[in-house]
Amino acid sequence: MQKNRLQSGGRIDRTQVLNFRFNGRAYQGCAGDTLASALLANGVYLIGRSFKLHRPRGIVGSGAEEPNAIVQIGSGAATLPNQCATQVLLYEGLDANSLRGWPSVQFDVGSITNWFSRFLAAGFYYKTFMAPRKLWSFYEKLIRDSAGWGHAPTKADPDFYEHRNAHCDVLIAGAGPAGLMAALAAANSGARVIIADEQSEFGGRLLSQTDEIDSMAATDWVAQAINTLAQHENVRMLPRSTVFGYFDHNFVTIAEHCTDHLGAHKHTTVRERLWRVRARQVILAQGAFERPLVFCNNDRPGVMLASAVSTYVNRYGVCPGREVVVFANNDSAYRCALDLDAAGASVKAVIDSRATGAGDLQQEVEALGITVMTGHVVTNTLGSQQIRAVQIAKFSIEGTVPATLPAQDLVTIQCDLLAMSGGWSPAVHLHSQSGGRITWSEELHCFVPDGTTQNCVSAGAGNGAWELHDCLRQGLEAGKAAIEYCGLEISDLAEPKTEGIETNSLQPLWRVPAVKAPDRCPKQFLDFQNDTSVADVRLAVREGYRNVEHVKRYTALGFGTDQGKLGNINGMAVLAEYLGEPIANVGTTTFRPAYTPTSFGTCAGETVGQLFDPVRKTAIHEWHEAAGAKFETVGQWLRPWYFPDGDEDLDAAVKRECLATRRSVGIMDASTLGKIDVQGPDAVKFLERIYTHDVGKMKVGRCAYGIMLGEDGMLKDDGVMARLGEQHFYLTTTTGGAASVMSWLELWLQTEWPDLDVYLTSVTDHYSTISVAGPTSRQLLQAIDCDTSLDAADFPFMSTQTATLCNLPVRLFRVSFSGELAFEINVASDHALTLWCALMDAGKNFDITPYGTESMHVLRAEKGFVIVGQDTDGSVTPTDLHMSWMLASDKDFLGKRSLRRPDALRADRKQWVGLIPADKTTVIAEGTQLIEDTAARAPVPMCGHISSSYDSPTLGHPIALALLKGGLERAGEKVYASLANGKAVPMTVTSPVFYDPQGERQRD
Amino acid sequence: MKYSALNLLRNGLRHNRDWPEAWRHPEPKSHYDVIIVGGGGHGLATAYYLAKEHGLRNIAVLEKNWIGGGNTARNTTIVRSNYLWTEAALLYEKSMQLWEGLSNDLNYNVMFSQRGVYNLGHTLQDMRDIERRVSANRLNGLDAEIVTPDQLKRAIPALNTSASARYPILGASLQRRAGVARHDAVAWGFARAADALGVDIIEQCEVTGIERRNNKVTGVQTSRGHITADKVGVVVAGHASVLANMAGLRLPIQSHPLQAFVSEPLKPVLDTVVMSNAVHGYVSQSDKGELVIGAGIDAYNGYGQRGSFATIEHALQAIIELFPSFSRLRLLRLWGGIVDVCPDACPIISKTPVNGLYFNCGWGTGGFKATPGSGWAFAHTIARNRPHELNAPFSLDRFATGALVDEHGAAAVAH
Amino acid sequence: MLLIECPWCGQRAETEFSYGGEAGITRPIDPSALDDAEWADYLYMRNNPCGSIKELWNHSQGCRRWFGVERDTVSYKIAGSFKLYAGEEK
Repeated sequence: MQKNRLQSGGRIDRTQVLNFRFNGRAYQGCAGDTLASALLANGVYLIGRSFKLHRPRGIVGSGAEEPNAIVQIGSGAATLPNQCATQVLLYEGLDANSLRGWPSVQFDVGSITNWFSRFLAAGFYYKTFMAPRKLWSFYEKLIRDSAGWGHAPTKADPDFYEHRNAHCDVLIAGAGPAGLMAALAAANSGARVIIADEQSEFGGRLLSQTDEIDSMAATDWVAQAINTLAQHENVRMLPRSTVFGYFDHNFVTIAEHCTDHLGAHKHTTVRERLWRVRARQVILAQGAFERPLVFCNNDRPGVMLASAVSTYVNRYGVCPGREVVVFANNDSAYRCALDLDAAGASVKAVIDSRATGAGDLQQEVEALGITVMTGHVVTNTLGSQQIRAVQIAKFSIEGTVPATLPAQDLVTIQCDLLAMSGGWSPAVHLHSQSGGRITWSEELHCFVPDGTTQNCVSAGAGNGAWELHDCLRQGLEAGKAAIEYCGLEISDLAEPKTEGIETNSLQPLWRVPAVKAPDRCPKQFLDFQNDTSVADVRLAVREGYRNVEHVKRYTALGFGTDQGKLGNINGMAVLAEYLGEPIANVGTTTFRPAYTPTSFGTCAGETVGQLFDPVRKTAIHEWHEAAGAKFETVGQWLRPWYFPDGDEDLDAAVKRECLATRRSVGIMDASTLGKIDVQGPDAVKFLERIYTHDVGKMKVGRCAYGIMLGEDGMLKDDGVMARLGEQHFYLTTTTGGAASVMSWLELWLQTEWPDLDVYLTSVTDHYSTISVAGPTSRQLLQAIDCDTSLDAADFPFMSTQTATLCNLPVRLFRVSFSGELAFEINVASDHALTLWCALMDAGKNFDITPYGTESMHVLRAEKGFVIVGQDTDGSVTPTDLHMSWMLASDKDFLGKRSLRRPDALRADRKQWVGLIPADKTTVIAEGTQLIEDTAARAPVPMCGHISSSYDSPTLGHPIALALLKGGLERAGEKVYASLANGKAVPMTVTSPVFYDPQGERQRD
Repeated sequence: MKYSALNLLRNGLRHNRDWPEAWRHPEPKSHYDVIIVGGGGHGLATAYYLAKEHGLRNIAVLEKNWIGGGNTARNTTIVRSNYLWTEAALLYEKSMQLWEGLSNDLNYNVMFSQRGVYNLGHTLQDMRDIERRVSANRLNGLDAEIVTPDQLKRAIPALNTSASARYPILGASLQRRAGVARHDAVAWGFARAADALGVDIIEQCEVTGIERRNNKVTGVQTSRGHITADKVGVVVAGHASVLANMAGLRLPIQSHPLQAFVSEPLKPVLDTVVMSNAVHGYVSQSDKGELVIGAGIDAYNGYGQRGSFATIEHALQAIIELFPSFSRLRLLRLWGGIVDVCPDACPIISKTPVNGLYFNCGWGTGGFKATPGSGWAFAHTIARNRPHELNAPFSLDRFATGALVDEHGAAAVAH
Repeated sequence: MLLIECPWCGQRAETEFSYGGEAGITRPIDPSALDDAEWADYLYMRNNPCGSIKELWNHSQGCRRWFGVERDTVSYKIAGSFKLYAGEEK
């Protein structure tokens, strides 16, 4: 039975009954309800417990400002923690639970902390838990276990999300009266308009009030406006869409909530969509938040914002109380009294702190026989888990707010609902995010937008316009101004007619005095969620935390899930009082995204899981997969790591692959190497500046090993360069360096040497590269119809030529990274698989063996070839790597000057050596540090580290490559590899070239 | 008044009306022996150690806004010392040792929580780098170990250790003594302790000029007037270049936006700190329950304390890659700081060509963890007019000699 | 997210570009003539202005051209984009 549900009225559908559960109990609500309105309809007031003191808490607001009614929705992988009951749309089968309270929210053992609250004042944890030091982890566990709200899911998110980019002329945030009016104005002019509102329905406050516009009910006017907008193709309406971020250059982010309100679904459609909007003009019309009043025990369930009460009555057909007291310092709450009266509740009194009372509305209220007590305040509430009564007292401000109220004056009024209004604060969040200033209005007693830095304008209650006609007018003006800015024709839309009323101005009342001083009286809450009270702010000031940021951080004011939407302004005003300064001087804190909490998944979009980063596969990948290759991740690439034969492990496979390559022929997919085509009259001049060697001396058809340095003189990348023509070169780079080297060349060419006539083309994906290495590699190529002579005399080592293999045009390079006779074959990627298969086929006669990156690493390590990024780390010069011979003396090249810096000339630099374990059996882990003194204590001096280490199949014992201090001069010496278990393995320093030092095999 | 459980009780009984100011709010004097420009964690720590370790008393910390309001308030609170190069590791380890006793030393609970930091490896090269770093850490006397995916799965149930991940996790390094601390408390604790030793902490006092005569510093101009000083130490993360310009110096520094964000508070779901260079994400859970997540540096130079949303999107993609179950959690609040980045990703704690003028800057993303150690070393440098051996490698000269401490390069590049 | 005008392609989102730092740092014509401090100044020292900066951007996800942008490092407002060399048309 929905005991608080009204018989008629509201925007809910009473014929559609929805079943839901809260804390395990079954309830019913109606289609159109929020969880909060459904709970109130069922008379459920106690929703949760507060963060620190475990005080009973109920629903305060009706939207994003709600600090108390925070619940967990559902369970399992799709559970949602920390949901605002005021923003959760009710659906059939909804299952919600309170987040705090053990064993139950009604009886919460943790509420014992409330008794000790005087010892738990702001910042108490900074002053204790320090001794004994060892116990901190124990204290911390207690703190962590008692903190936190909801429970994170433990399984992967079953839903998915998407990003959508949009451009528009006018983006309107908020579809209340101002937003709708702006949209109508802009739509008429043909502008591309996006209007977004976080609620399920457009209309904003008009859905909660009983106003008339153009002589019709405001809700009818809203329907008409939506209808009009829907007829414009140039207008995109986004309900359930929160504008949560305003970034530079009018980039605005909107989270559209697509499925949560549907309840159980199969996760087959997008749950939330992130709109990334670049708007020419933004109109901010998000409205305003009503402020609570600050008095003792103002946090009891049944104390609600007056506007929220009106919303529940008018929009949801729920009357949240039978006997109601209204407490306000301004006129707007009188509407709540009228709404409650119309709903059949008994309004026991309207308590108005102002001696003057209200304007026209007061007469209306009094005409209904409702008592209005001006010059009075509510100073305390009574009750336990729901409000039972309020204590009121006479009140007047003579110069300053009185410090305390006389106890004998207190009058108690029984009630089950207190509707309060402390005035309104414009939602300036997005304006502030955009970089706009906000200033304190002494007239309106709130922060208002003041000056923009981007193309945006605020309108309506968000701009401090409280009255409906002002909102409509500002919306209209904003819409027209936006149109004018966009250079479109302004429509002649007229301002709708509304009835104005006389109001009295608000009385600033930031805290209501009690019969005792704030630090002795029952708590007067500023921030409900974090239990920040007036006494806490007072204590912070007393302790010297004076800046508003210090106070906020010290007291946790505004750090809850509601981000201080309710409490911050009251908190700042109280701070100003204790500092003895005007509020304007206290300033405000910067509002940061997100306006309301936004799902990680929404921000991430579709770029998650296997789409997190593109996977690059070579043209031959499917063959490798079929062959059972294990793959290694290298940048975005997947490269065959090794090809196990049966259940071979890495070591066995590598041994087999290496030996086969040394003995007969191995084949490897080297397609991931970066490849750059360089052409142009100034190609030589350009490459001379990039590479260290004499590029100009290279003959056409010849290859050279080339290195390039950063301007700091450190090795940047290496590869083979081939001269294909007088003005035509072909460069290879490392796999990981492909993109960065291309960018590096472009950078210099475009920014420093634009006079050079050179053209660069990345051909990495265009050509696949197949490397065939081993003594029988030449015969293998000949066996698949090579059309040119491959003899050493005709096609010598370090040269290149075009050819056809199996009738496929290819370019052959006689280069070797294994030390064996080898050919690298470049073939158009479309033909790569065909060629690979032909080679494998023909290779059967030569014991051909495919090998992966691990064997490639071993083979080159046996030859002492460097792998940039494994053996180097950005702090290695060519000299360190025995490559001084590659540094041309008669030209400048990038990085050359740095090689003369004192540090580059140090004799004890770490230099490239080979190492062999003295016992010839221990394989040392790559990365292991080298030491000389095995008896030294920490910090133990390190003389180098092992960058590559393998059990060499060819040599029959382990080998390692290392960077060793002064290594160039230390052949034959002994150093120690320091193992994780504390042991030190003696290693003998050798040349880094372990195999075929004369290089006869590769030149064969 | 000493902070203790007993005094908490006593004051509670008196309705907390007797707590004194944590630090005074004095007017600036006309002269100080040492002026520290910048009231962040590093500046306050410098002043504290100048007073405590070097016996100086006539010290001022000048802060243009509110203390601890720059990067001290804007970081992800991670503390670790497991750097690769010995020079960096020893400096950060000094800091770590100070962290370990800091709450008691300052009599202010900075909530230093040694819950461990995992640095994940996703590629074979990552694992080589981890092996190299852990090996170096161990020899340098730091605690460091390598853990397997199985161990990770047990320690961090929410972590995606599946081999089918886009970038499968192959292992990680673990520093158990590493962890997180309460960032604001660090500034406040140092301020209170420095104040107790006589240091004047002067907020809302912006330095607008650095005065020199005969290449010797003589004082500063501020928004609150002219103040003379024998020595001036500048430690203004985010604005080092601006202050350097006032003294006619140029620094090898670029200022970039660095963003971070928190989720809503949750029940404990992550008991340690997880960092991944390869997918660019790092995350821990605050004692309050928020997941604290750091994004990558925004590419462009910026003093705006804000960056681009695309950077946030990317950070969250990385976090979901690591923790697929975090996808339904919500971003509560994001913010930006300004980081001063040096070419070698290491700081400058150094004398300058101007006598009596010292700079401490260029911490990049690593400043918070270094707070006590940085202050300790900078205090030594200022008091003795020469660097301590721990910060000698971090001089301004290294950019001319080429003796960089290349923590950047150590993250590896090509392959 | 910044909105950057590529002089060749028009306005595009920041994510299409990569950053190149301060513009106008010219490589010395004869590096060998510089002493270590002068070389370090070219290599590492930057003005890093708090305010207006001329900087390099590359339309790396588009035409791959480098160009200049004048931007405020505090407000992030862009005053305009410019080609690096007059008559650049390649």
